[in-house]
Amino acid sequence: MTTAIGDRPLVRVEHVSKHFGEGETRVDALRDVSLAVYPRQLIALLGPSGSGKTTLLNIIGCILSPSSGSMEIDGELVARDGHWLRSDLRRLRLEKIGFIFQSHNLLPFLNATDNVAIALQLAGVDSVSARKRALDLLNYLEVGHRKDAMPAHLSGGEGQRVAIARALANRPSIILADEPTAALDSKRAQIVMDLLRKLAIEQDAAIIAVTHDEKIFDRFDYLFQLRDGKLDGEPQAGAAAAQA
Amino acid sequence: MNLAYRDIRHNRGRFLLTCVGLGLLLGVVMAMIGIYRGLVVDALTIARAPAVDLWVVEANTRGPFAEASRIPGDIREAVARISGVAAAGSITYQTVEAQHRSAKLRLYVIGYEPTRPGGPPEIAQGRGIARSHYEAVADRTAGLEIGDRIELGRSTFTVVGLTQHQVNSGGDPAVYITLPDAQKLQFDLAPAALRIQQARGAGAASRDSVNAVVARLQPNASAEAVADTIWRWKHLSAITQEGQEAILSRSLVDRARRQIGLFTSLLLIVSAVIIALIIYTMTMEKIKQIATLKLIGSSDRTIIGMIVQQALALGLIGFAIGVALILGIKDYFPRRVVLEPDNVAILGLIVFAVCLLSSGLGVRAALKVDPATAIGG
Repeated sequence: MTTAIGDRPLVRVEHVSKHFGEGETRVDALRDVSLAVYPRQLIALLGPSGSGKTTLLNIIGCILSPSSGSMEIDGELVARDGHWLRSDLRRLRLEKIGFIFQSHNLLPFLNATDNVAIALQLAGVDSVSARKRALDLLNYLEVGHRKDAMPAHLSGGEGQRVAIARALANRPSIILADEPTAALDSKRAQIVMDLLRKLAIEQDAAIIAVTHDEKIFDRFDYLFQLRDGKLDGEPQAGAAAAQA
Repeated sequence: MNLAYRDIRHNRGRFLLTCVGLGLLLGVVMAMIGIYRGLVVDALTIARAPAVDLWVVEANTRGPFAEASRIPGDIREAVARISGVAAAGSITYQTVEAQHRSAKLRLYVIGYEPTRPGGPPEIAQGRGIARSHYEAVADRTAGLEIGDRIELGRSTFTVVGLTQHQVNSGGDPAVYITLPDAQKLQFDLAPAALRIQQARGAGAASRDSVNAVVARLQPNASAEAVADTIWRWKHLSAITQEGQEAILSRSLVDRARRQIGLFTSLLLIVSAVIIALIIYTMTMEKIKQIATLKLIGSSDRTIIGMIVQQALALGLIGFAIGVALILGIKDYFPRRVVLEPDNVAILGLIVFAVCLLSSGLGVRAALKVDPATAIGG
């Protein structure tokens, strides 16, 4: 557990519910979920298909609005009683949140460097500075030698590291990862998890991942089990869960 | 970083192939516009060739192109004496089929008086008619060359000059011969028919008839005033040059013109639908990428810019290919294809507008993309 006493949570979700449809077609995807994630923490959202993991990830990523409850991002109340309190969610995502996808989702028409630089340029960084930082990040993630490669020519591990570089480009305080190791073999999955741990510590970031990969459970600080849209009991410590 | 350009560069083979397809389609649209314009120009060419102000024809007819007209040849002298007339010439028109080498030629034979109005506007090669009989000036589209001999009726003519783009409304190349030769060709009976005519006791009909008399007016003379004078002679009608052109473009080629015009409009609509579908499909193929861009913080403006720029690039390249194509093959069409710069410019503007409107469909689809699509689940 690496949370420092007195840290302010980077993500605080309180009594959040989310339903789709109304009447007979109503589906309750999330029911009264509360959790807090602190800097330098890695937490995993676990659960069977349809348990609400991705819905919760989308709400924390400010892509989906909660039907009720409230949410704070880096101390700022962004949603309350089913309404966004901030109009510019795009800017919020750009500045505070990085996304890592299951199949890396790199833009196929940009090379590795430009796939990272695009995130910076969208934030208003000039092209030269964006490419320089992109190269620094690729080198930091030990994939700098592939800076000119197109995504189709990258291996799964290389592609995922480029995607992580893109997620880190704007120095976000929260990184959301959807099955970040699903496309990787166990050795590369461990390398990616080591990398995420290193980033969390060095950049005071919080990492929230949806995963089914039991081999990496021990790399998380907390495992949140979701079932039928609700948190199932208290969160377990990652290492303890792996031992059980 | 220009995302539209990067995407095009990444898929350049497919993009260029799409552009070529669109270019072929736009080439067909331009060909139809050119044929449409060519039909109108061809219809007016023969009427404009003598460069006259007034057409004197048989009473109650709209000759000599829209209706048959036959008037005595000496009318020319009467017309020439009217105040305000600078020069007048007799003229005949007749469509004939002639054998040349092993091919049959359909020719539009024009008889005129070489020293008076009614002859070819310009000789592109060779010379004009210098002898009173058996010389001809033919249009290049007939495939005749200087020195070629061609049989028209019972006489053989030598081609001494060539004209450019002198065809009638049906696309038949014009052949100019002297008026006496043309009268013989048009009005002389075949020997057998003449013998029967004489056996019936009928005298030989006068050959001195013409289809029309054309008049060039003095600079300050009014065509309407001269026409009014001629209208007083009950056996004649007078049509101004504007009137003749109106008859040709509104009645003679009107149905064909409307037919091609309607077909061209339909082709334009089909092209617009195809452009819209191409751009929409191009956008739908990038839904996941657009969702990813939105998720990592791209503004709607960036995404709209990418789609609109690609749509315009597609339209521009396709249009350029279409123009190059039609300019390359237009001279091989059997009928004249007239592509005026303003026609091309207007089509270019239409393609531009269609691309913009079509990209609206793609933009609408892109703006509706949920960023969550990138995450899945």
